[in-house]
Amino acid sequence: MASNASSQSSPNGTLNSAVPDGPLATKWTDYKAHAKLINPANKRKYSVIVVGSGLAGGAAAATLSELGYQVKCFCYQDSPRRAHSIAAQGGINGAKNYQNDGDSVWRLFYDTIKGGDFRSREANVHRLAEISLQIIDQCVAQGVPFAREYGGALANRSFGGAQVSRTFYARGQTGQQLLLGCYQALEKEVAKGGVKMYSRTEMLDLVVVNGHAKGIVVRDLVTGEISSHAGDAVILATGGYGNVFFLSTNAMGCNVTAALRAHKRGAYFANPCYTQIHPTCIPVSGDYQSKLTLMSESLRNDGRIWVPKSREDAAKIRSGELMAKDIPEEARDYYLERKYPSFGNLAPRDISSRSAKEACDDGRGVAKTGLGVFLDFSDAIRRLGKDTIKARYGNLFQMYEKIAGEDPYETPMKIYPAVHYTMGGLWVDYNLMSNIPGLHVLGEANFSDHGANRLGASALMQGLADGYFVIPATLPTYLAGQKPGAVTTAAPEFQQVEDEVKGRIAQLMSVKGATPVDAFHRELGLLLWNQCGMARTEAGLKEALAEIPRIREKFWKDVRIPGDPDGVNMELEKAWRVADFIDFAEILCYDALTREESCGGHFREEHQFTDDDEDVRSGYTNPGEAKRHDERFCHVAAWEYKGPGVPPVLHKEPLDFEAVEPSVRSYK
Amino acid sequence: MNLTLKVWRQSGPDATGRIETYEARDIPSEASFLEMLDIVNTGIIESGGEPIHFDHDCREGICGACSLAINGVPHSKESGITTCQVHMRKFRDGDTIWIEPFRARSFPVLKDLMVDRSAFDRIIAAGGYIDVRTGSAPEANGIPIGKEDADAAFDAATCIGCGACVAACKNASAMLFTGAKAYHLNTLPQGLAEKDGRVLAMVRQMDAEGFGNCTNQYECEAVCPKEISADVISKLNRDYAAAALREAVAG
Repeated sequence: MASNASSQSSPNGTLNSAVPDGPLATKWTDYKAHAKLINPANKRKYSVIVVGSGLAGGAAAATLSELGYQVKCFCYQDSPRRAHSIAAQGGINGAKNYQNDGDSVWRLFYDTIKGGDFRSREANVHRLAEISLQIIDQCVAQGVPFAREYGGALANRSFGGAQVSRTFYARGQTGQQLLLGCYQALEKEVAKGGVKMYSRTEMLDLVVVNGHAKGIVVRDLVTGEISSHAGDAVILATGGYGNVFFLSTNAMGCNVTAALRAHKRGAYFANPCYTQIHPTCIPVSGDYQSKLTLMSESLRNDGRIWVPKSREDAAKIRSGELMAKDIPEEARDYYLERKYPSFGNLAPRDISSRSAKEACDDGRGVAKTGLGVFLDFSDAIRRLGKDTIKARYGNLFQMYEKIAGEDPYETPMKIYPAVHYTMGGLWVDYNLMSNIPGLHVLGEANFSDHGANRLGASALMQGLADGYFVIPATLPTYLAGQKPGAVTTAAPEFQQVEDEVKGRIAQLMSVKGATPVDAFHRELGLLLWNQCGMARTEAGLKEALAEIPRIREKFWKDVRIPGDPDGVNMELEKAWRVADFIDFAEILCYDALTREESCGGHFREEHQFTDDDEDVRSGYTNPGEAKRHDERFCHVAAWEYKGPGVPPVLHKEPLDFEAVEPSVRSYK
Repeated sequence: MNLTLKVWRQSGPDATGRIETYEARDIPSEASFLEMLDIVNTGIIESGGEPIHFDHDCREGICGACSLAINGVPHSKESGITTCQVHMRKFRDGDTIWIEPFRARSFPVLKDLMVDRSAFDRIIAAGGYIDVRTGSAPEANGIPIGKEDADAAFDAATCIGCGACVAACKNASAMLFTGAKAYHLNTLPQGLAEKDGRVLAMVRQMDAEGFGNCTNQYECEAVCPKEISADVISKLNRDYAAAALREAVAG
């Protein structure tokens, strides 16, 4: 097998992914057979810092503690049980083939590679598909109450981008149940003394000693105290950066701070332009709005998406003159079924979202703002009965009614795409280690498995795979070369980073401007949504890159943070996060500007199929679909930070496809 | 719409709290309750004050962070929802709204409307889990579980750990919270091996945290945003009695 020792840039500027040699199907098995081990008696001498307590971080902390390591786990929430993994609704994929419908590890691997528009690393994705089997076993053993058939066997449902039923689910609360299983395992280890849990504690910076990640600096969100923690390795499982858009389906506290701080300390940020806009969310209704609410993709199993064929009918629906039920069948455009007959309403997320945007841009939107399409259950209710639909989606229907004030059993839901997940993240090698030795990154915070678009029910799978099964096997590859406890907080680097953190807090508090933090966050978010959202252009991205420094300047001159930093201060917490979002937004736009192709969630208007393309003329794909340029962009773009206001430097990891030939993605 | 808010303000855990009055002006009826507070807070900040602190995160009713007693009722008088799912269309123009933290001796106030609910984590750590090491699990379909049992376990497992049950109870009892987790795990075959130890440890931790006893008022069930049935409490009592007896006999 290949050496796992180094993931540094090689002299020619490409990145070493440390993918083991050998056939794709046996790489992971072979890796585990030959990987370094740490003697059980020595494991307790090693301490590991885990930041984040969601599926990836919680699973890693619990499992590493079971193995004997000393773990410190940090989360900003008041309890690890509230990490945002809890909000995932629809399900988790597992290639069990319990439905006997032809599923296999290969098929889950293939669907994920294709769903990611051929922009992910084959070896990682195959490992993920293999581990999907163990995850389901583990969660059931923990008591996760997955849906079951009357005979007692586990039930499945279908998700986008697949033609098999491989999604395990717990009503519309799968993330909650998986996270509680993980949280309970974590608390079990807390009770046994293997994990020390730090809730309401936020990582504000990474400490690098002699080129290795050896600790973090945190703020106690109750007392305001700044302190340092040293470890033999640092694991970031801090989620995605969707809140850079202000409005997203993320929780209010989700932020990019840990990842951005690591980036500023030398970790490469990979593919930030791959952002997922989820097709089925409740539309925006006003400028007071603080967040958007997802309606699970599982609804597309039984719901049909449509808009009126004519703009006139759509206008009458918007004005309230007509209702959905007044539009006869022949005047409706079930556009996903029309454009993608084999996948229909279960087309992947990027494609479904862009189709909704197209319909609304064409003047056929049905929400008051013009930005909304129908998700209609009337056929399914007629076919299966209201009770069956209620059993499948009851809590989602109830959630919709609470927010929108309309009963989806009677009238179709109105939905519109919203920022939901970010495929980009810190660059990691096969060991899930970043280019800073010792810094490992798991779950949504890394870039590794979903390419340019994530399929539904795959985020939970990846978070748990990384935490329960990958990192416990790969961490010793790094740790075996480290003397345990060699670095303590007495190292001068800790004091230096603490001073920088305190200085930045003092700087934020001293601005004493007139404008609350949220105003800057909204302004940044709207700019990104318009210029770097569902469709991007060179001109728009350049405009955004010119505008972001102006927002930053205004922020640092005019932000108002009341109170003082020695105690609970939620405005200070927000201000720190928004300052980091502003800096991060530039990297996001640079990446989107330089990736001159369309792929998955990254759609550049200049790069789409037209009637002139052979693939369109032959009927293989439709005009307007994303057009990749494999000859120039079949690589991971990993950005190196070079200082404030200085363009980042690009490093490339070429993507070699051995098992799957990249093709034009078609869901027709 | 315009509203008058009567809000609990408390600068820190040891400070004396008080009710303060705020006028909420031009609130859109489509806004959520927490968005209404966002608007009020923006006004407070702009006029030089300190915003009202409250816990919140997912704002879609699942993380369990939000925890306001609205007009005296945890999560408001509407049933089956969390604070973040309360919408302003349920209020009338000119209403006066009282907003207080979830009050209980075991939930000390940290600031304004934020309380410390870490006692719940310690109850789970005492026994609210199935002790299965990662990697040691048998094949998932190896243990068939009837749909009725699976559904009943699920209903109890929907608890979001918000603490409304404690805040609504005149005794500040945590029996619904503890009972829900015990019911979830004790109903499943995977959880049976540790059943006795689980209920003994969880109930004793609950008592050690200072939560009160249950006196069958069912306020907890009425305010639970996930509508968990108080049946989980009777089951917990039965399981505890049986486990305590077996413990006593075993010496």
